[in-house]
Amino acid sequence: MKKALSVVLTAAMAVSLAACGNDGGNAAGTTDAAAGGAAAESTESGAADAGNAAEADNGADAGSGAAAGEAFKIGGIGPITGDAALYGTAVMNAAQIAVDEINAAGGINGYPIEFKFEDDQHDAEKSVNAYNSLKDWGMQVLMGTVTTTPCVAVADMTAADGMFQLTPSASSTDVIANDNVFQICFTDPNQGAKSAQYIAENGLAEKVAVIYNSSDVYSSGIEETFIAEAEAQGLTVVADEAFTNDSKTDFSTQLQAAQSAGADLVFLPFYYTEASTVLKQADGMGYDPIFFGVDGMDGILGVENFDTSLAEGVMLLTPFAADADDEATQAFVAKYEAAYGSTPIQFAADAYDAIYAIKLAMETAGVTPDMSVSDMGSALSEAMPNITLDGLTGEGMSWEATGEVSKAPMAVVIKDGAYTAM
Amino acid sequence: MNFLTYLINGISLGSVYAIIALGYTMVYGIAKMLNFAHGDVIMIGCYVVFLAMSRSGLPALPSVALAVVACTLLGITVEKIAYKPLRRATPLAVLITAIGVSYFLQNMALLLFGADTKSFSPVVNVPALKLADGALTISGTTIVTVAACIVIMIGLSLFVKRTKAGQAMLAVSEDKDAAQLMGVNVNATISLTFAIGSGLAAIAGVLFCSAYPTLTPYTGSMPGIKAFTAAVFGGIGSIPGALIGGILLGVIEIFGRAYISSQLSDAIVFAVLIVVLLVKPTGLLGRQVHEKV
Repeated sequence: MKKALSVVLTAAMAVSLAACGNDGGNAAGTTDAAAGGAAAESTESGAADAGNAAEADNGADAGSGAAAGEAFKIGGIGPITGDAALYGTAVMNAAQIAVDEINAAGGINGYPIEFKFEDDQHDAEKSVNAYNSLKDWGMQVLMGTVTTTPCVAVADMTAADGMFQLTPSASSTDVIANDNVFQICFTDPNQGAKSAQYIAENGLAEKVAVIYNSSDVYSSGIEETFIAEAEAQGLTVVADEAFTNDSKTDFSTQLQAAQSAGADLVFLPFYYTEASTVLKQADGMGYDPIFFGVDGMDGILGVENFDTSLAEGVMLLTPFAADADDEATQAFVAKYEAAYGSTPIQFAADAYDAIYAIKLAMETAGVTPDMSVSDMGSALSEAMPNITLDGLTGEGMSWEATGEVSKAPMAVVIKDGAYTAM
Repeated sequence: MNFLTYLINGISLGSVYAIIALGYTMVYGIAKMLNFAHGDVIMIGCYVVFLAMSRSGLPALPSVALAVVACTLLGITVEKIAYKPLRRATPLAVLITAIGVSYFLQNMALLLFGADTKSFSPVVNVPALKLADGALTISGTTIVTVAACIVIMIGLSLFVKRTKAGQAMLAVSEDKDAAQLMGVNVNATISLTFAIGSGLAAIAGVLFCSAYPTLTPYTGSMPGIKAFTAAVFGGIGSIPGALIGGILLGVIEIFGRAYISSQLSDAIVFAVLIVVLLVKPTGLLGRQVHEKV
């Protein structure tokens, strides 16, 4: 008995060590959106197979052919547990809203959509596993992944399979290195440059400091272009401080450096989890500059027990504000609030647009569910540069063949505990 | 003035490391095992305080007391279930078990509390001290952390030197078998050590999370590793060694980040550890133990 226990423990440890670092539990989070009776049956058998055939990489094409024909199968991947859980959950929920709307209106090219979302905990390895199990389910198009680091890993897999991939929010240029991958959000260089332009054009500050996560491609990518563009715009970067994933609890030194260099604005190109700590520590040391974030800052108001008054006046560059008064945004926000009880963040809007972009590309390309994954992939990749979508995150969104989106950015400021358009 | 601020931040961070390092060093000194689950006991302590304060609305002090009790019980339970049956096993088996317990606690927390980041409200409500016309600010958390560290060190040293239980601990750490022959209850002594170490872990966790207020199931692992480094740095098994090792480690980390490179601060910390161990393999205050024939 004891022996068995120690064997189990050792095995458990070996697995966790292999996964390395922030690996969480077996948080299962999949939503099945079965549309149509016959299709629902095939979903179930596909999901049952997924466990056994996790390693069958090449068998997936054949598997999808068998299950397809009745409906388009769109898969989604993102963190619905873990550090970036807020993003994945928002994407999953909003995509579901879009899918339900499309199905209720008769589907795409006359076929309904099935949507299934897998958790990756913002971890590259788990993301690849999620991709494999979605492929076994019969996924034909991938809407994901939500965060950058996993997305880079998965983008190589979709390129090898020729699958069409549209990420709502992974913003690194590495993500769209392959021809089959497109983005709804801005690329990192774009975010960094646009932030610097926005700060300079609106005269928010002259001396700026940057704190960034050097162990994260998303953060360091934005930092690089921000610094270059800030100098071009005549801003002085007085402090450029880094932290890493292993030292993301204590920001006192970085803040101190920014404060003593006299920065009036601190640029924080990273996720809200760390940002909430930065805001708290800055408050503790009596430092009160303008804090300016990018889309990763979105969600800071949702951290449990976070004192939102600390975020008062924080600005972020994001293409979506839930209080915008256009009809599409209001309808979406009302629907989201009714279904999930919270206000949608930018990631939700990105995901909603992503599903509609896929729909538009599918209609333009005239694809049918019985096509093979790679045929559908190349047809959709060809169609993407020719479509123009009026979405929640921008009017007249269009795409380069490289995968980059073009739309106008917008800044929001946190006022009275809510995101407000500026 | 920046130098002083960095120094104070370093001492504050180092004091937390020192309190955590105490748990490692005591358990190692007495049970001759590395309790890698120590960092995760800290995390559990933080969650207890967090839940007590934000969900049940308890005031700060009773919440901390509750966390100390919970962690003490957890420490004793872990020792009874996982380590005691292995008392005669090879050190490697015990080490692997400790790592297993660590992952077990992390995953249990993940299941119980979820993976979402919680924002920890500081339990310390001491006003910040402003010196030199506000150019130098020492936060209330820093003051309380350093004070707690000093009180705990003095209390623990007195406990070991002056009380019967403390003397029993010393005896067990010198020679387990001889101590048993002299009538010392070895098992009870080891349990007591775990209880004290885990209780201290709860306090360390509360102070750590007050200063760096994000709480996840992995909150304990990095400070745990750093504190273990501090314990080795100061000489594992030595109580003053844990204090010196912890404070030095914190100061080196902050200075490295401020003056050399904010990316390399961890690398610098561990490089210093390697150099110290090359020059003095037993750590700064560690004793050289000769094998008796």
